[in-house]
Amino acid sequence: MTAPDMAGPGKTAITLAVNGTSRQLELEPRTTLAEALRNALGLTGTKIACDRGACSACTVWLNGQPVLSCMALAIDAAGQEITTIEGLAQGDVLHPVQEAFIEHDAMQCGFCTPGMVMSCAALLERDPHPDAAAVRDAIAGHYCRCGTYPHVVAATLAAAERKP
Amino acid sequence: MTATRTVTFPAGIVEAGLGTVTREIPASEPPPWPPNAELTWIGKDVPRLNGREKVTGATRYTVDIRLPGMLHARFLRSPLPSAELRKLDTSAAAALAGVRAVVVLARSGDRLRYAGQPVAAVAAVSPGVAGEALAAIDAEFRPLPFVVDMDEARAPDAPLVYDEASVPKGNPSGFPAAPGLPVVGNVRGPAVVRRGDPAQGFAAADIVVEGEYRTQVQTHSCLEPHAIVADWRADGLTVYMSTQFTSGVRQELAALFGLPLNRVRVVVDGMGGGFGSKSQLGVYGRTAVELSRLAGLPVRLALNRHEEQTDAGNRPGTSQRVRLGAKRDGTLTALAIESHGTAGVALGAGIGFFAERIYTCPNFETLQHDVFVNAGPGCAMRGPGNTPGAHGLEQAIDTLAERLGLDPLALRDRIDPSKARREERRIGAERIGWSRRHAPGADPGPVKRGLGVAQSLWMSNVQTNVACEVRVLRDGSVEALSSVQDIGTGIGTVMAQVVAEVLGLRPAEITVRIGDTEFPPGGPSYGSRTTASITPPLRTAATRVLAELGREAARMLNAAPEELEARDGRLRVKSDPARSLAFRDAAALLRTDRISAVESRADDYPGFRRRMPDAAMALEDLGGVQFAEVAVDTETGAIHVERVVAVHDCGRPMNRLLLESQVQGGVLMGVSYALLERRVMDRRTGLMVNADLEHYKLAGAHDTPEIEVVILENLQGSSATDAYGIAEPANIATAPAIANAVYNAIGVRLASLPMTPDAVLAALGKTGRS
Repeated sequence: MTAPDMAGPGKTAITLAVNGTSRQLELEPRTTLAEALRNALGLTGTKIACDRGACSACTVWLNGQPVLSCMALAIDAAGQEITTIEGLAQGDVLHPVQEAFIEHDAMQCGFCTPGMVMSCAALLERDPHPDAAAVRDAIAGHYCRCGTYPHVVAATLAAAERKP
Repeated sequence: MTATRTVTFPAGIVEAGLGTVTREIPASEPPPWPPNAELTWIGKDVPRLNGREKVTGATRYTVDIRLPGMLHARFLRSPLPSAELRKLDTSAAAALAGVRAVVVLARSGDRLRYAGQPVAAVAAVSPGVAGEALAAIDAEFRPLPFVVDMDEARAPDAPLVYDEASVPKGNPSGFPAAPGLPVVGNVRGPAVVRRGDPAQGFAAADIVVEGEYRTQVQTHSCLEPHAIVADWRADGLTVYMSTQFTSGVRQELAALFGLPLNRVRVVVDGMGGGFGSKSQLGVYGRTAVELSRLAGLPVRLALNRHEEQTDAGNRPGTSQRVRLGAKRDGTLTALAIESHGTAGVALGAGIGFFAERIYTCPNFETLQHDVFVNAGPGCAMRGPGNTPGAHGLEQAIDTLAERLGLDPLALRDRIDPSKARREERRIGAERIGWSRRHAPGADPGPVKRGLGVAQSLWMSNVQTNVACEVRVLRDGSVEALSSVQDIGTGIGTVMAQVVAEVLGLRPAEITVRIGDTEFPPGGPSYGSRTTASITPPLRTAATRVLAELGREAARMLNAAPEELEARDGRLRVKSDPARSLAFRDAAALLRTDRISAVESRADDYPGFRRRMPDAAMALEDLGGVQFAEVAVDTETGAIHVERVVAVHDCGRPMNRLLLESQVQGGVLMGVSYALLERRVMDRRTGLMVNADLEHYKLAGAHDTPEIEVVILENLQGSSATDAYGIAEPANIATAPAIANAVYNAIGVRLASLPMTPDAVLAALGKTGRS
């Protein structure tokens, strides 16, 4: 399914596939994916910090690839598999990256953490055994004002070792 | 007269050899804790207990809160750095469909002093409608002369930011803006601190070194913006706010809106960073509450990133002229500093008390000035005053060492009275490999390496107006409660450790409820004081509920209450551990559903160095020494910080995993300050040109050095936990350590921050810039 040729400026029907569930929404075409997730769907784990693609706090997956949801329009995400931080764990079982983030204290205020987790988990999907440089590359676009980068790298390497 | 008893505490730096100290303490205080090695949870790497919520996105930050009927507020701000408001008509905006309230913050004829100063605010049913309402406000601004550069503002003919009637008289956050200082043009001060006779001290010196150092304006750049959801109702006001001080905001609101304290509630769960900038209610907070009051509906106000960069506080910029006089052996005879700093339209741009306290010097003087410019107000930021102050003095000390032919560590050994820092220098020198340090600029190739060191000093702050509660419920579950907020340090986890240690439970068994003024007042999370303030009364409260529980258990076990201990989830007879009762079975014996103890912060046992109404300073300052290893590419000018060794003390370390995170964060913010960050103001328009996160550069993963953290266990027998803070000390020494390492690498001193590639090339004489 692709976006219609003409839409807006009023609300238009948009169907999003979020964390394995199809959601029918009425949104203005200018609505970003981050706004749609947070405001229309209440999935506030996805954070908006700069709203201009400079900090990566809003990282989600589109078809398994990390994207900046503040720089994507919701209407363009129609027909793609969207995974947010709320959809990463399998029920009560956390993703190995989430487990390792807790163990290694790869968070402080935690505001950048959901985005960091999404990028690090995506890295392990493409490269199950990265080295520290590869982890740093994967989070190079993420800002963390608390300075958690060393623990994020350590946690992701530990998660890679634990992953079957 | 409070009953007291005399007890002996372990005292000293555990790593350097422990002694004892005898104190007379209030009889109600618990007995001394042994060193951490003998404790179960204290000082251990307990992962933060709210980690699961943070990694799953479940934590609710203020910006995530949605209330039924909630309105969205936005500000109209001055587009000009200096203007007279000629006209402000909000009637068309107020009449727009969907607009529910309008607040006017300036009147026709008012002078506006910086670009971004709030003029009016609207609350509407959506952010879009609020934006349309702003566009419908009819406002006229008459441009006035302005100045945004600190040096230009000091010129005699500079446009005046304030006239005599309007100039700020003093600053409650005070770095060092004492009341009643003279104002000449845009310059206020000096604030003077003097001891001895500096002139005589310089005359007696064998050597005098002098240098000028400059630091830039840094913005806090919290990832969660300043945000509030205000819910004014007939029966009281509830405010959800991203704040470092719930009970302080409650007091401000009660006073401002004439409400009794019991009708004001302030709540924060997730808190996305403050670093000093979220300590008070602020204009945005008070405006949101006023809009909610007018509209009769909840109002959400969250600043956007541009507003964050221009009107949410910043670390003031400084210039510092530092003079040191010394004998040939390094003994200081005189230390004099004259500083100018700018906090924009606000006060508080001093260089703190770093120089005043860190080194032994009989003749001392600082003259500190505030310079007004037409820019957004500065405020406290991680180690306010001392962070820029250390940048100047620690480079001057290195310069003196070189002139005297002394190793920088040897000079500090001579003039620094702190025992903690002496040990920290020794440990850090070993870890960084200080013996490898070569002469300045000695590397032959284009990439030159260097080693540098700098020191930290911060107050051991304590909030004395702090209370907390511990409850045991009849099913054996336990709660710890306080209005104290977790701004990212993990204080809730530390609180669980304290209660678990006392009750013989696991930290995960303690439910910690914080960040809500419904609970006992927990004090602020600024000034590195949270742990020092909340953990001692918490231990005392937990000890009291355990005693009450123990009386029930003792009857069952046919023992005296004082014969019992709480360990491994059981209450047991110390001399005969087989006689025991599970904690929850003991709780089942309670006569009521719940027992509880509320305790407040006792004074430090040996007293305080200084006492204020709600706060105090402990006798011993916090230290900290950091070593940096850098590689400077003399062809590109790029500085790469390869490694930092950060050796710190904070009394008794409560959780080394969380402390390591905070120290890494302090170092990272210091690397960012040293190399990258800078607010850029356009002299011709008076606007900030990098008011975003693309052009305002923060350190990222690729800028992160290898950081080795060492934290001493420095026991003092000063409170029920002996714990103090770390956040600010961790930030203060980083930039000067890097600057000293850069000098060691290239043999040329970069006296100004940030040390960007173009500044390096200029210092090396490789560009036209001087």
